[in-house]
Amino acid sequence: MTDPQPVDSGAPPRLPGADELDAVRRSVVLETAVRLVFHTILVFSLYLLLAGHNQPGGGFVGGLVAGLAFVLRYIAGGRAALREAVPVDPGVPLGLGLVLAAGTGVTALLLGGQFLESGKVELDLPLLGIVKATSALPFDTGVYLVVVGLVLGVLRTLGAEAER
Amino acid sequence: MSTRVLLPLPVVLPLLTAGLSIVLARYQRLQRLLSVLVLTSVVVIAGLLLHTADTSGPAVVQLGGWVAPIGISLVADRLSALLLLVSATVLLAVLLYAIGQGVADGRRSPLAVFHPCYLVLAAGISMAFLTGDLFNLFVAFEVMLVASYVLITLDGGAAQVRAGMTYVVVSLLASVLFVTAIGLVYAATGTVNMADAAERLQDVPDGVRLVLGLVLLVVFGIKAAVFPLFSWLPDSYPTAPSPVTAVFAGLLTKVGVYAILRTQTLLFPDSEVISQVLLVLAVLTMVVGILGALVQDDLKRLLSFTIVSHIGYMLLGLGLASKAGLAGAILYTVHHIVVQTTLFLVAGLVERRGGTSSLRLSGGLQHVAPLLAVLYLLPALSLAGIPPLSGFLAKLGLLQAGVADGGVLAMVAVAAAVATSLLTLYAVGRAWSEVFWGPVADVVADPDRSDSVDVGTARTPRLMVGAAALAVVGGLAITVVAGPLYGLSARAADDLVTPSRYVEAVLR
Amino acid sequence: MTGNLTLALLTGLLYTVGTYLLLQRTLTRVVIGLGLLGHGANLLLLQAGGPPGRAPFSGAAGTAGDGVADPLPQAMVLTAIVITFGVSAFLLALAYRSWVLTGDDEVQDDVEDARIARQRPDRHAHAHPEELS
Repeated sequence: MTDPQPVDSGAPPRLPGADELDAVRRSVVLETAVRLVFHTILVFSLYLLLAGHNQPGGGFVGGLVAGLAFVLRYIAGGRAALREAVPVDPGVPLGLGLVLAAGTGVTALLLGGQFLESGKVELDLPLLGIVKATSALPFDTGVYLVVVGLVLGVLRTLGAEAER
Repeated sequence: MSTRVLLPLPVVLPLLTAGLSIVLARYQRLQRLLSVLVLTSVVVIAGLLLHTADTSGPAVVQLGGWVAPIGISLVADRLSALLLLVSATVLLAVLLYAIGQGVADGRRSPLAVFHPCYLVLAAGISMAFLTGDLFNLFVAFEVMLVASYVLITLDGGAAQVRAGMTYVVVSLLASVLFVTAIGLVYAATGTVNMADAAERLQDVPDGVRLVLGLVLLVVFGIKAAVFPLFSWLPDSYPTAPSPVTAVFAGLLTKVGVYAILRTQTLLFPDSEVISQVLLVLAVLTMVVGILGALVQDDLKRLLSFTIVSHIGYMLLGLGLASKAGLAGAILYTVHHIVVQTTLFLVAGLVERRGGTSSLRLSGGLQHVAPLLAVLYLLPALSLAGIPPLSGFLAKLGLLQAGVADGGVLAMVAVAAAVATSLLTLYAVGRAWSEVFWGPVADVVADPDRSDSVDVGTARTPRLMVGAAALAVVGGLAITVVAGPLYGLSARAADDLVTPSRYVEAVLR
Repeated sequence: MTGNLTLALLTGLLYTVGTYLLLQRTLTRVVIGLGLLGHGANLLLLQAGGPPGRAPFSGAAGTAGDGVADPLPQAMVLTAIVITFGVSAFLLALAYRSWVLTGDDEVQDDVEDARIARQRPDRHAHAHPEELS
């Protein structure tokens, strides 16, 4: 299902950044589908991250799912589309995630607990009701960021050269 | 500060800084400053931990507040704290050398990987020394190895890729075996906490226990480059940048040796068969390693073979299974970490000044770089065991322990150790005469070296020479404090032969 | 304690095939072999945890006592899988790099072996190109 026509009809690009690909390599179905599901997948990955404390999910799985969203974007639109989606260096989420995860453990130390000891706060928020937050959440967020950064890094370094 | 805070820090601080270092990849000065600061603080922390462990017994922390054997324990007893201190110091010295050489910022890859990887390596090494949990030890090895995979292939040339393949595949095979061993230990005992496993393994049938001990010995034997599992080492180490080779040579194999020391004394004490096996392996490792070193033409390969050979001395001490033997092995490990790292640092300088690390091509370097000649000679003599240097004292301890043992195998091992010592002297002496004496070789005199390394000392970065000199002085310092250090090693060995102390401290 | 024969046989099969592939010269096959070996090791770890049982969530009704699966091997297997995954990715990157540099991903001879092979009088034509300088 490739689109044989170069995109010159003045219509908006189907996927930002995808016009840098050769016309023969573009696919209407894939690009449209990716535009539809990309954000859904990201939201689902956030759900997995947040639900991970009591249910199947967690930072690693959430990060992988988010990574898959970026992989889809890369497959549909190539490097440029990926750069449009994430305009930061892959090292930034990776490093921040590592800092966040390690920092959670150190915070427990500073608060007088054991390293990586978990704590929790229960908040009674308006509209949302009682919300329970545990210190596992920032740790998991760190893992999430590391995995996302890793996937982006793999796409940039291996994918970018493999394309040529 | 209490051990509650101190004990996790050698692991978590480098990791945290590694994260920061990736984010701050553009600010290379800041990266360097952070790395130096964090490794300096790890040295200080390790010193404090050693003091605590020596004065008031093993320090224990249960991660996350989960009490052993459910949670993961970090333990700093005399042995692990001592090795942590030495390795942190060596890591710091090599970092300074690397900064001087500009490996750290010579290649601008997207992630500016040297500093983060080096810190992750440091975290993995600290974790391997401190952990009291078999599976956590596996994770520590992996953290350390993954960082080392990146560092060994840092240049990305054909030679690095070829060597990297061998190195990664061998290490990965060892990791798979490690997981297998952990599975078997867990099936037999239902725990991976080393202290808990030590107690439960006493109820396991002898045959099963022997198999578990041998599987773990194979796993750590690959990491420690024990005969016949060493051939990956001389093939892969010399291709890496010299600071990387130096830190690998000094530390990675010793982490394997530490793991052998820890698991064999704690989990499988008094196993006659394993002791015999260790003695045989010690003899073969020493002799085969040094014979390999004798025929090398490349300085770095020659030194790589001496690593293999001298691992045998540590096995000898462990195989004797006496307090004196273990004390000798610990002192030897400390001495060898420092001296071997120093030799590789100096070899890096030689390669830089002489333009080659080939013995055949170089010569007469002492005319142009007399300081370098001294820097090479001191650790080389110490490695060979010339009195009064630290190598002599460490070897003397081992030989005395061997003679005191009196068994046939022990006497054979002692003879092999003496012979290896002499052959080491021949090997490093040959390198010394080929590189530093004789007429000045063409490569040394060549004024058009493109990498800006001139014949005059001025062009070699002061920081590199300084760091190498620091390491040499460190080696001499071991000689000076050998008395107290041997006392400390003996106390650590005493802990090892009475594993109940470790078990008590972890499980209360 | 009873074991699961199917799992045990499968573990053995994975180790066998993995070891065979590990001995090949092509790095891609070595990577696949290591992957299979890793699966075998993980399966072994899983069997070490005993028979399957109910989900080990504390606090849920009726989870105390017998019939609860051992959670520790599962956690360890997950960790091991993640590590094997990462390292396999690195090995594949190396294989790719080797393909870029030399045109294949064959694991090459040890430098030492190559040098000794070159010293044989009838063989010096087949010397390996890269020797350490």
